Amino acid sequence: MTIIDRGSDGTDLTLQGIGTPRYDREQRVGFFTDTSICIGCKACEVACKEWNDVPADGLNFLARSYDNTGHLSADTWRHVAFVEQPTTDPESARSGVRWLMSSDVCKHCTSAACLEVCPTGALFRTEFETVVVQQDICNGCGYCVSACPFGVIDQRKGDGRVWKCTLCYDRLRGGQTPACAQACPTQSIQFGPLEQLRERAAARIEALHDQGVDDAQLYGDDPGDGVGGFGAFFLLLDKPEVYGLPPDPVSTTRDLRTMFNAATAAAFGLLGIAAATLLGQRRG
Amino acid sequence: MGASFGRGAATGFQQDLANADCIVIEGSNMAECHPVGFQWVMEAKARGATVIHIDPRFTRTSAVADQHVPIRSGSDIAFLGGLINYVLQGGHDFREYVVAYTNASVLVSDDFQDTEDLDGLFSGYDPDKRSYDTKTWQLAHRRPPAGSPAGAEKASAGYQHGSGGASPGFDGDYEMDPTLEDPRCVYQVLKRHFARYTPEMVERTCGIPEDQFRKVAEALVANSGPERTSAFVYSVGWTHHTVGVQYIRTASILQLLLGNMGRPGGGIMALRGHASIQGSTDIPTLYNLLPGYLTMPTAGRDNNLRAYIDDQIGQAGFWGHLDAYIVSLLKAYWGDAATPENDFGFDWLPAVNGDHSTYQSVLGMIDGTVKGYFIVGENPATGTANGKLQRMGLANLDWLVVRDFNEIESAAFWHDSPEIESGELRTEDIGTEVFLMPAAAHTEKDGSFTNTQRLLQWHNKAVEPEGDTRSDLWFYFHLGRIIRDKLAASTDPRDIPVRNVTWDYPTEGQWDDPSAEAVLREINGFSLIDDPDSSHGGGKVPVSSYTELKADGSTSSGCWIYAGVYADGVNQANRRKPGSEQSWVAPEWGWAWPSNRRILYNRASARPDGTPWSERKKYVWWDEDAGKWTGLDVPDFVATMRPDHPGDPDGPPEQRLPGTAPFIMQQDGLGWLYAPNGLTDGPLPTHYEPHESPVANPLYGVQSSPLRQVFDRKWNWSNPPVNAGYPYVFCTYRLTEHHTAGGMSRGLPYLSELQPEFFCEVSPELAAERNLVHGEYATIITARSAIEARVMVTDRVTPLRLGDRTVHQIGLPYHWGWRGLATGDAANDLLPGVLDSNVHIPEQKVASCDIMPGRRPRGPALVKLVEDHYSKAMDGHPPAHSTDW
Repeated sequence: MTIIDRGSDGTDLTLQGIGTPRYDREQRVGFFTDTSICIGCKACEVACKEWNDVPADGLNFLARSYDNTGHLSADTWRHVAFVEQPTTDPESARSGVRWLMSSDVCKHCTSAACLEVCPTGALFRTEFETVVVQQDICNGCGYCVSACPFGVIDQRKGDGRVWKCTLCYDRLRGGQTPACAQACPTQSIQFGPLEQLRERAAARIEALHDQGVDDAQLYGDDPGDGVGGFGAFFLLLDKPEVYGLPPDPVSTTRDLRTMFNAATAAAFGLLGIAAATLLGQRRG
Repeated sequence: MGASFGRGAATGFQQDLANADCIVIEGSNMAECHPVGFQWVMEAKARGATVIHIDPRFTRTSAVADQHVPIRSGSDIAFLGGLINYVLQGGHDFREYVVAYTNASVLVSDDFQDTEDLDGLFSGYDPDKRSYDTKTWQLAHRRPPAGSPAGAEKASAGYQHGSGGASPGFDGDYEMDPTLEDPRCVYQVLKRHFARYTPEMVERTCGIPEDQFRKVAEALVANSGPERTSAFVYSVGWTHHTVGVQYIRTASILQLLLGNMGRPGGGIMALRGHASIQGSTDIPTLYNLLPGYLTMPTAGRDNNLRAYIDDQIGQAGFWGHLDAYIVSLLKAYWGDAATPENDFGFDWLPAVNGDHSTYQSVLGMIDGTVKGYFIVGENPATGTANGKLQRMGLANLDWLVVRDFNEIESAAFWHDSPEIESGELRTEDIGTEVFLMPAAAHTEKDGSFTNTQRLLQWHNKAVEPEGDTRSDLWFYFHLGRIIRDKLAASTDPRDIPVRNVTWDYPTEGQWDDPSAEAVLREINGFSLIDDPDSSHGGGKVPVSSYTELKADGSTSSGCWIYAGVYADGVNQANRRKPGSEQSWVAPEWGWAWPSNRRILYNRASARPDGTPWSERKKYVWWDEDAGKWTGLDVPDFVATMRPDHPGDPDGPPEQRLPGTAPFIMQQDGLGWLYAPNGLTDGPLPTHYEPHESPVANPLYGVQSSPLRQVFDRKWNWSNPPVNAGYPYVFCTYRLTEHHTAGGMSRGLPYLSELQPEFFCEVSPELAAERNLVHGEYATIITARSAIEARVMVTDRVTPLRLGDRTVHQIGLPYHWGWRGLATGDAANDLLPGVLDSNVHIPEQKVASCDIMPGRRPRGPALVKLVEDHYSKAMDGHPPAHSTDW
């Protein structure tokens, strides 16, 4: 199956921003955000808001490097983090400072707690295996807000319903690339079938390690992690904590069954003790 | 670059940056200001190239570069001069290239005296006129120029040929030493000139530690030569200085010595400030240029067409056909009314009788000599150096036309400017009648953009403009139409040019927009001889190249360098063949001037014998079997001229150059390491301190460029140099999130929320020295104004060590003004109006200042603060003439 445009010499044109990624319906698609080539331009933030008609959320000077957005929220579905740190690496000729940039987004978890706790079915998994809120069904209960291990999904003030990245579900259905990936000038945000993105990411991380970028690491590419792998995963240049991301995210619903079983067992146990006590009293 | 190579434009294209082995970005914050083109830098890096960013601040470009080198603003010539010295002292130049393709071997006149001899001045300086007589700068002729009207004395005209290189000044027959050993040859002159630019001097001048300097020098040398190429990228960080042209000259010399010009992955990428700025110099908005870098006639000198042509025409190379270019332009302007009998209407052109650049015009407004003004696509009230001077000028006009999307500061100054707040202006006293005309966006009109790499790309109207908004074409066409109607019966001779001008564009659409394609066709030009057999139904046939233009009035062209954009009757700028369906050069995407060449001077990508320097860097080469030049791009050369062509002194101008001369717009076909003509302020670049600097010039006794243009007058006083009252350096710049002075971005919520407030970037050390608190306010003060900004304390700004002293720099993004959603003080209010002597560009990228914690005062107290601070710095003396400093 051909899933990417290739030039006559076999180069992957989608990497050069030339080709249109092709994907099949009912094939899992996602984002690979390669922060090693992010230039912090925030085109993703603006393109997302433009396409999805996400409201502006205020003129707030945060004095946090070049970040005046703060975090993902109901009104921010892509957020570029700016991590400014002194560096002590003697080999670094970078004025003793490093400036990491990373465009964060909903992870579209394989095991998505937000979806699992949703009592109305407003949150659903699409044919592309992305996680989307249906705004006409959401009743604003907010269970999903506390369920998300990343703090992504959020209630909109004055509206009550929850909003987050849809991975441009409408664009996907029209065969288009999501707005943020389309706008990214350096291909830091890559969109495509997830399996292909994982292959690409593996090659990229190897290349970076070969270049001596030892701290480069993938985040969320492993289907064996606490959320079953991300549909939107990342290449980071340091530990996730440095970017304000949880190092070992776990779906808040993953342990529900064992917890429920344990609680049930405990309840039965307590009942048993109570019954035994009562019986004992009677005997007494 | 015009003086060095022959054309004042980017020598390559951004996609080619991906082929570079080393990219030096200096005077540019490419990732933030040109993020789309920056993908090709990232591509080069992915392929293994070394990316070096030299900048006062650590920016988003630095963040992804292999090396960031902090530099003191305004000291780039010292740094680049250091690199030249490193190359020359170490013998690292690409010798075969240098001998064949540059003027290294040419001997300089015995009378020439260098800055080495005169402590920072060249020979020929007249301190009263503050200008140079360039006679002594000339090259050593074997024999005196034979009867040519071209003479050295004309060189003082300076840099006007953006495309045309230097003014003609010699006939190519001069003394040479190909061994480069004669002490008078350019190579040796260069070596002596730059000998004092040692690594230690670089450290003392720029604040760049020696090991960092050497790392850059080694990377450049290692990545230049037959097998490898290095590219330079610059932007307004180089042009906005009193010695801006000489910054670019220094890089040009370095790139010629390293043999990186005209080759893939090499060159000098001039990134233009915004969309179609390249177009607005090609078809200029400058007072002293006509389209295609033809000079505007000079009053009293160019009294008729013959005199103008004799004055300007090149003796060899493609400027030798200037007569065809100017006559074709006159035919485009006046059509049938332009005849050989009336000099094709040459007399109807305006003639320049003095300096009418932007600053002179603003001073003229204040003085009451300039009565009316058009502001289109600019916001000088906040976007140009010394905003107060601009606003005071606007407030003294009779009428002002502003075309923009919003009521920008330049249209609203009369009711809400800072001077209204301070009481210096009162609305009821301002007589300026402001006409604010709403402008259509690019999506609402057809047209072309000429981007930073000379590439014309067509865009089609998507929707009709709404309400009263109209396209620029609509505005000027109908304005012209109405004026012509009013003058139809006029017998006044001064109205003849307007009455005769061709103004017959077809209109279309809901608003009677003139056809943009018709305009493009006119720019391209026609053969005016009827050709009934042509596929165009007879009549005017579009020319396909500037080589078809004639001096006899049988062709027209609105801009000779654009001839070919409508070749074959097809809008070549509208070609959109996908990259995947053509070579990486993508010659069928849009159209680049000249003649769709993507890398200029690409003859230099081959050896003198016409074979590629290397397989890895092959680009254009001589095909012996076909008898012509071929390769990946359109050869920037006479296509059939053999490499061993000796140069025919009796042939047409382009044939007078030999087959080894790649710089075909130059008189001698060579890259100019030494520029005897074309520059007002010296044949070689010299480090001068910025007009306002806390540092005494470490290299010479002369502090600042002796030719810089200063205007010592009310509202434009200068901070005295090396003065405790103004101890810090500041630099203005842009952020990705906003567009220049904010006219297009501060009204948009999605952009405004990303950078909502004006801030200043300071180092932790400076913050400690001046008690500045991160996130709070600071007031920055100069002799012009005081402004307030939120404080951003960051390690990305580094105090620089210059020998035994420390220099602090302050970063100020200049996007803000008092209108729109995201408001704030305008950084440009701090700057003085002080200009480069060659191109009259203000020094907007460096000046001195003081900074203190807290917000600035409001009302008249603000004016008092500025005056008191200045008075204290001057120790009670009255304002002095800054040229004495």
